[in-house]
Amino acid sequence: MFPARYAREMPHRYRLEAHKCKQCGKVFVPRREICDKCGATEFEVIRLSDRVKLVTYTIIHTPASQFKDQSPYALGICEFPEGVRLTAQVVDIDFADLKTGMDLQVEFRRIQTDGHEGILSYGYKFVPVI
Amino acid sequence: MEGIVGYGAHIPRHRIKVEEIAKVWGADAPSYKRGLQLREKSVPPPDVDTITLSVEAAKRALKRAGVDGAQLGAVYIGSESHPYAVKPSGTVVAEALGAVPDCHCADYEFACKAGSEAMFVAMGLVKAGYIDYGLAIGGDTSQGAPSDALEYSASAGAAAFIMGRENLVAEIEYSNSYMTDTPDFWRREHEFYPQHAGRYTGEPAYFKHVTGAAKALLKKAGAEPGDFQYCVFHQPNGKFPMRAAKMLGFTKEQNLTGWLAPTLGNTYSGASPIGLTAILDVAKPGDRIFMVSYGSGSGSDGFIWKCADRLAEVQNLVATTRTLLDERLTYVDYGTYAKYRRKILKNY
Amino acid sequence: MRDVAVIGVGMPKWGELWDKSLRDVFVEAALLALADTKVDKLDNMLIGCMSGGLFVGQEHIGAIMADYLGQRHLAAGRVESACASGGLAFRCAIAEVASGMSDVVLAGGVEKMTDVSGDGATYALAAAADQEYEVFNGATFPGLYALMARAHMEKYGTTRDQLAHVAVKNHHNGTKNPNAQYPFEVTLDQVKNSVMIADPLRILDCSPITDGAAAVIVCPMEMAKDLTEKPLVKVTGLGQATDAIALHSRQDITTIEATTVAAKEAFAMAGKGPKDIDFAEVHDCFTIAEIVVTESLGFFEPGKGGPAVEAGETARGGRIPINLSGGLKSKGHPVGATGIAQIYEIVKQLRGDAGERQIENAKVGLAQNMGGSGASTLVHILEVA
Repeated sequence: MFPARYAREMPHRYRLEAHKCKQCGKVFVPRREICDKCGATEFEVIRLSDRVKLVTYTIIHTPASQFKDQSPYALGICEFPEGVRLTAQVVDIDFADLKTGMDLQVEFRRIQTDGHEGILSYGYKFVPVI
Repeated sequence: MEGIVGYGAHIPRHRIKVEEIAKVWGADAPSYKRGLQLREKSVPPPDVDTITLSVEAAKRALKRAGVDGAQLGAVYIGSESHPYAVKPSGTVVAEALGAVPDCHCADYEFACKAGSEAMFVAMGLVKAGYIDYGLAIGGDTSQGAPSDALEYSASAGAAAFIMGRENLVAEIEYSNSYMTDTPDFWRREHEFYPQHAGRYTGEPAYFKHVTGAAKALLKKAGAEPGDFQYCVFHQPNGKFPMRAAKMLGFTKEQNLTGWLAPTLGNTYSGASPIGLTAILDVAKPGDRIFMVSYGSGSGSDGFIWKCADRLAEVQNLVATTRTLLDERLTYVDYGTYAKYRRKILKNY
Repeated sequence: MRDVAVIGVGMPKWGELWDKSLRDVFVEAALLALADTKVDKLDNMLIGCMSGGLFVGQEHIGAIMADYLGQRHLAAGRVESACASGGLAFRCAIAEVASGMSDVVLAGGVEKMTDVSGDGATYALAAAADQEYEVFNGATFPGLYALMARAHMEKYGTTRDQLAHVAVKNHHNGTKNPNAQYPFEVTLDQVKNSVMIADPLRILDCSPITDGAAAVIVCPMEMAKDLTEKPLVKVTGLGQATDAIALHSRQDITTIEATTVAAKEAFAMAGKGPKDIDFAEVHDCFTIAEIVVTESLGFFEPGKGGPAVEAGETARGGRIPINLSGGLKSKGHPVGATGIAQIYEIVKQLRGDAGERQIENAKVGLAQNMGGSGASTLVHILEVA
């Protein structure tokens, strides 16, 4: 993971910054130059809530190499109250307890490590509400 | 007036029992449990490190403080397990909290005292009027070599405090620091695990500094142990803080609320700070708290806190430390623990 | 716009071709397609290849393939739309001919996937998803289709058995395809008890890693008779559409909207509807994909794709046979080649030249090829001229 590629996504991944269309109010992560709903090009930066609903999920048993030590893990699509949906791991939960529609919250976690020498990549995962 | 305006802790949900570790090394679990007064400890999964623990603890502290990340003038993290050898943990945490760019940031290291060190400095800057709010965090994913006595206690957790001048939940009355060069515990560069000097870590190290700092602080405050509702000491295991409290004239009851080691383990830089959060969760306005940390090498920081009215309003705004410590736990076996802690050699 | 005919098709045996390089694999297919015609000189060549770069470290596919095909100086280039690269190459070739820019164009597809480890292949394929917002967080392709599968199962009651029926049917079809990578039968129990990949998808729900290529040659309808002795096949409908690359950004993850949009366009152009299609080759990269795609194409109502495959409606001899070639599932899925191999099968069927796979009354065939988790779709309708 080259640092520049990682660093430019930090606002979204670290603190759930989203871009809200100033004209129609649609909210986007990541940022966009043009609203796909109304075509406007001006956005305000907002922070997404940290409570989400699980839309669908799977348990990944054969991950990419950088996730092998975490396998098997749950991966889910969650919906934020602002309407945005994102894909991330669902952790700290027994797989049997996963249920479509359940409430989860966002937690800051280490997502990837680039070997022994590379940078550490952080971002969001979903966890049970506490 | 200066003090704490918000506080929060974070503890991973995974635990390993003393018996599970003892079984692997052929050690006698009952004697460890009795001798060290430890039953189990927290275990960080592979996606949790000092930075992630710090962010989650700090998010709770900000909520209790009612302060936005952008208002922080300083972000200080004390730890002996900073994920990078070179590159601050604090910048990641500050970025995640939205504290960048107008913020002073530093990582502290002083064995297990690094957390209270961060608190000491953040409080100092607030008192000096340099900053309005300072975030101080003590947290670790502690290292302990396989089969070493430390493996039974080295655990993970963090506590965060927002220091400020207004809307306090606890006012700082007095603080002090006490230190000498005492080589009781160390880790050389590029080594995975710390080394320690066995029984030399006791009387000449932990007890000398903890009681030294405590006595000096009591004298400075003109106070007696009986003047406090609560006390909390660094807790490398369950036994040491109880003994230190007794030596100083504190009762078991005063010490019990912040005494988390038996089920949390030793969170190193997080130890007495997390203990303090557990006390703040239940203390009443007007209660006074006596706190002394300890870091090998060696030194202790002492603090006397007096709880303010606003404390009652914020205690249940977010998960309490006891909730994090006691609820929805996942017990892991030694194999899983070894995998999580990267103790399995893969030769790459 | 000129009417376009497909005058030649070529496809060698697919599989783990340890002894063959990327260029070997492609040139073999292209020579077969040329040999199917009277053409010896091309005007243009378009090659679908998803990731020569990540699979074998080779970009600049157009030049290397023209050179090794013995047609140095030929106008040639590579097009890319993930697993829909082959379909896109076919569309671009038709545009070349229809517009009058070129007369005789070869549309090919190729992928050499076994020169990297399994991890390397997973990494290369994942490049078709949203790198920063899906793959970064641990998504894999089976994972993305598994997310769709669970949503489809919970919304419509699609069953684990129905997923397995897709694999059973396509492997059965594949037994009749001499070019298929895995031309063997699988049973319902074998599919349902195979190794878990991404719950609920198991290894036998997934298309394999394959080396392979396919090529077709197109020309203006009015020239076709002079350039081939085979029965003529005409391209009557084209459709192409995209959608949000990230699955989570789609309106509805139980359907593939890009397929619906592309199909509508192709049907309108051909003056046909789903009921007019005699057979189809669809992108069954995972069993759930075939079920969802047959719904998105309008062959079945939403939620009825599962029951349809279970009832045999998409089997050989059923109401609308799907993936007579064995599909990606049994035939293999060398990603860039898949879209062209679908055209190969349709032309073979329309010519009445599909050997043991041949169905009766094959007059109108449809090919649906998609990329990523469905963010790109190409639909083509071909008819007996």
